[in-house]
Amino acid sequence: MSDQTPAPVPVPADAGSSLEILREALCSVHPDLCPLFSVEFADGSLMVSRAQMHSTAAKLKELGFERFGMVTAVDFGDDFELVYRLHSSRFGVGMFLKTEVPRDEPAIETITDLWAASDWHEREVYDLMGIEFVGHPDLRRILLPDDWVGYPLRKDYHDDGVIPRPDYI
Amino acid sequence: MALVDGLTKGLERIPGGSVILTSMDALADWSRGQSLWAMPMGTACCAMELIACSFSRFDFDRLGTFPRPDPRHTDVMILAGTITKKMQPAVKRLYEQMPDPKYVVAMGNCTITGGIFYYDSYSVVRGADEFLPVDVYIAGCPPRPEALQDGILRLRELIHTRSLAEGRTHERDLTLPGPDSPRAGTTDAARGRLVRTSESSGGEA
Ligand code: SF4
Repeated sequence: MSDQTPAPVPVPADAGSSLEILREALCSVHPDLCPLFSVEFADGSLMVSRAQMHSTAAKLKELGFERFGMVTAVDFGDDFELVYRLHSSRFGVGMFLKTEVPRDEPAIETITDLWAASDWHEREVYDLMGIEFVGHPDLRRILLPDDWVGYPLRKDYHDDGVIPRPDYI
Repeated sequence: MALVDGLTKGLERIPGGSVILTSMDALADWSRGQSLWAMPMGTACCAMELIACSFSRFDFDRLGTFPRPDPRHTDVMILAGTITKKMQPAVKRLYEQMPDPKYVVAMGNCTITGGIFYYDSYSVVRGADEFLPVDVYIAGCPPRPEALQDGILRLRELIHTRSLAEGRTHERDLTLPGPDSPRAGTTDAARGRLVRTSESSGGEA
């Protein structure tokens, strides 16, 4: 967090107005992020490029998103989409921060330097989806045995030991 | 144990020795079966029933069984829950730390076949008997605490058929209780209702 105390925000009456307050705050402080902002599932959403990802996360933290919720990944075939969940008690809303990484080079900068809580979450995404978090202090498998081969939640994962479910079940 | 092994081998060979052996077996089996301390290997949801089992409502202690968190104090490992491939070495290691004679109870479908994780799963071991010698299987998802307690009673019967001498067993009937067996109907809900209604109507009238 910055040393300066963030400017006080008006008390929102409901979720819709707190999103408006968030949009105004975002647009006034970071006009470049303003066109990327949208509303999803009654929360804010930002879709940024891979290169922008770390700096955007830092800006959001500065703006008042002090709590890291989780990070997960979606396999869309050619790309993986990374979804970060951030929460703000200042605005009273959550934020989806999304970015895409290509399948042939699945790597992204870590955010453990901003939120230490993302350590194990990034290890989980690495373990099951095979996305490398560059700069992570301890990038090892977390759920699967250390000698596991492959990344099971990828759509193209194949394991001879898996018994496919028959149609009649 | 080496002394017992040598002794039982010798007894089997000398004439009349089996008479002594049988009495020793009877004593050993009785004492082994009466207080089976449990290693609660609760790895998933079945563990809730295992925990419920040892508290006052179901009271496992009346069968001489109660959970100990240390494998070195226990006789029977109760596997309650899904065993993942990552957990498997830990379970095996805990089993190896238990002193002989030791027994394994597989509680719940997950420990019998992998249960609901049998198909389409990359991470679950399909049954504890892939790597441990299971003595009693209790089906259910999860089994009720009564079923687990019945499983311990069945294990006790199984222990009573074993002998100190390797390879020697007693003939015991381990079939399911028939209608006129003394164990019949003890878990039958309809019979319980019948008993209760006759008791309450008798008391209030
Ligand atoms: S058998 Fe059912 S209740 Fe028991 S661990 Fe498996 S899924 Fe859970």
